[in-house]
Amino acid sequence: MSVLRVMGTEVEYGISVQGQPGANPMVASSQIVNAYANATAKARRARWDYEEESPLRDARGFDMSRQIADPSQFTDEDLGMANVILTNGARLYVDHAHPEYASPEVTSPLDVVRWEKAGEQVMLDATRMAAQVPGSAPIRLYKNNTDNKGASYGAHENYLMRRTTPFAEIVRHLTPFFVSRQVVCGAGRVGIGQDGRDDGFQISQRADYFEVEVGLETTLKRPIINTRDEPHADPVLHRRLHVIIGDANLAETSIYLKAGTTSLVLAMIEDRFIEHDLSVDRPVRSLREVSHDPTLRHLITMQDGRTLTAVQLQWEYLELARKYVATRLGADADPQTLDVLQRWESVLTRLERDPMECSEELDWVAKLKLLTQYRDRDALDWDDAKLHLIDLQYADLRPDKGLYYKLAASGRIKRLLDDAAIEVAMHEPPPDTRAYFRGRCLDKYADAVAAASWDSVIFDLPGHDSLQRVPTIDPLRGTKTHVGNIIDRCETAQELVDAITR
Amino acid sequence: MAQEQKQPRKSSETEDVVEEVTATDLAERKGAIDEDVDAILDEIDDVLETNAEDFVKSFIQKGGE
Repeated sequence: MSVLRVMGTEVEYGISVQGQPGANPMVASSQIVNAYANATAKARRARWDYEEESPLRDARGFDMSRQIADPSQFTDEDLGMANVILTNGARLYVDHAHPEYASPEVTSPLDVVRWEKAGEQVMLDATRMAAQVPGSAPIRLYKNNTDNKGASYGAHENYLMRRTTPFAEIVRHLTPFFVSRQVVCGAGRVGIGQDGRDDGFQISQRADYFEVEVGLETTLKRPIINTRDEPHADPVLHRRLHVIIGDANLAETSIYLKAGTTSLVLAMIEDRFIEHDLSVDRPVRSLREVSHDPTLRHLITMQDGRTLTAVQLQWEYLELARKYVATRLGADADPQTLDVLQRWESVLTRLERDPMECSEELDWVAKLKLLTQYRDRDALDWDDAKLHLIDLQYADLRPDKGLYYKLAASGRIKRLLDDAAIEVAMHEPPPDTRAYFRGRCLDKYADAVAAASWDSVIFDLPGHDSLQRVPTIDPLRGTKTHVGNIIDRCETAQELVDAITR
Repeated sequence: MAQEQKQPRKSSETEDVVEEVTATDLAERKGAIDEDVDAILDEIDDVLETNAEDFVKSFIQKGGE
């Protein structure tokens, strides 16, 4: 295996209503989702199908009882919240008090970037559409993870894995990787502690919100390794690793390396390639200590007694990955796997020399550079509101206000994709997963799609009393190769259902 | 320093020229960087929300996930 696998991301956006700090965030989030749905829906809106959802299923093999679960963990009940499926195969909905975009399933790190960035543009369009409603106050969205007052919201990654890999092996080899990968994919934050009570800059938005090593929760006692086991695929063959520790990134290189390096480490775990133990002493504490030291000099104590910086720990994984790709793939290695290795090495080399050399690629460095320039020019202390504002406004989605977008537009942050590629991905599904079938059905037969989810599309066909459910349990079927011609050929949903169930 | 003196001396003429170019070069580069920093900060000053303190204070979120 390589960096290629079935993957996807889910991003919850920070939300505020201009001039109304007390506005109900659920209502504002619904306005965002509904505005986009109403403006883009061709016909009736397909419901989300919850049949296969089981958020209380634990990867360690048991179900949490509903009586002991916190109500915030129930995501499978339709609470009347806005919830739509887009023609690109993504899900746009309200999760608790935030609008969320869950990308369609893709198979490469660059496609993770492409369909996640498409989500930013969907959200931006949604704010513009919501603003068309007479009498509405402008709604602003932020791609970040904290209000610096104690609340955090997530940017989750999903990786399809082989069921045969023991979960204990995932925990063992992934935990040190997650403690250290923030030096590559942290988004940067002004403020230390969950409520930002201490002054200073740290590498990660999320590190201070993690309290345990392994667990099922996502909203309280957050674990470094989340055990939610909802594969949205054949559970005998697959698990979906639900990663909750990442920051919401804007820089394309940060997203790309986050997905690419994680996928590669998972491949090594699946193939039992990692022989030596890289376990970290007190990982939760180490996670925070690494985050709190943007000079990257903090030494992590390993269980074997060694002390390594986070960058050095990343080097250990990189060297293993190089060896793995060379011995297992050799000349057959795909270009993206080689590109991830090359960029990973380049970034680590420069982080070790001087982190500022990565200011054109990595979010936390770009943000820190800007903050440092302000501090130098205006002699600002870390508690200055202006620095907090810069942190917040870095993540503002508006191209004329968001500081990430300003830096990218002036060439101060490098891009991997152009705007045109991202614009296409707002509307079109990836061709190589079941998201293709879902997205094309929503586009071509919107009238006849009653509901859909990751693992099904449900049709309401004229002349049928019951709904027709087409399961899409295999993420790698329903691709353009499988169904592209059939969908092109079938003018109606009835023809399609006849053709694929014949 | 002691080590440098052990190196064979180049002709003073060459050395002066090299030093001169380097100094000018550095000054120019430093100037360019300063200008670039000024430019980006000016640009960002223009788009930063007014009243940073109120803005940051009123950004209150509920937890998610």
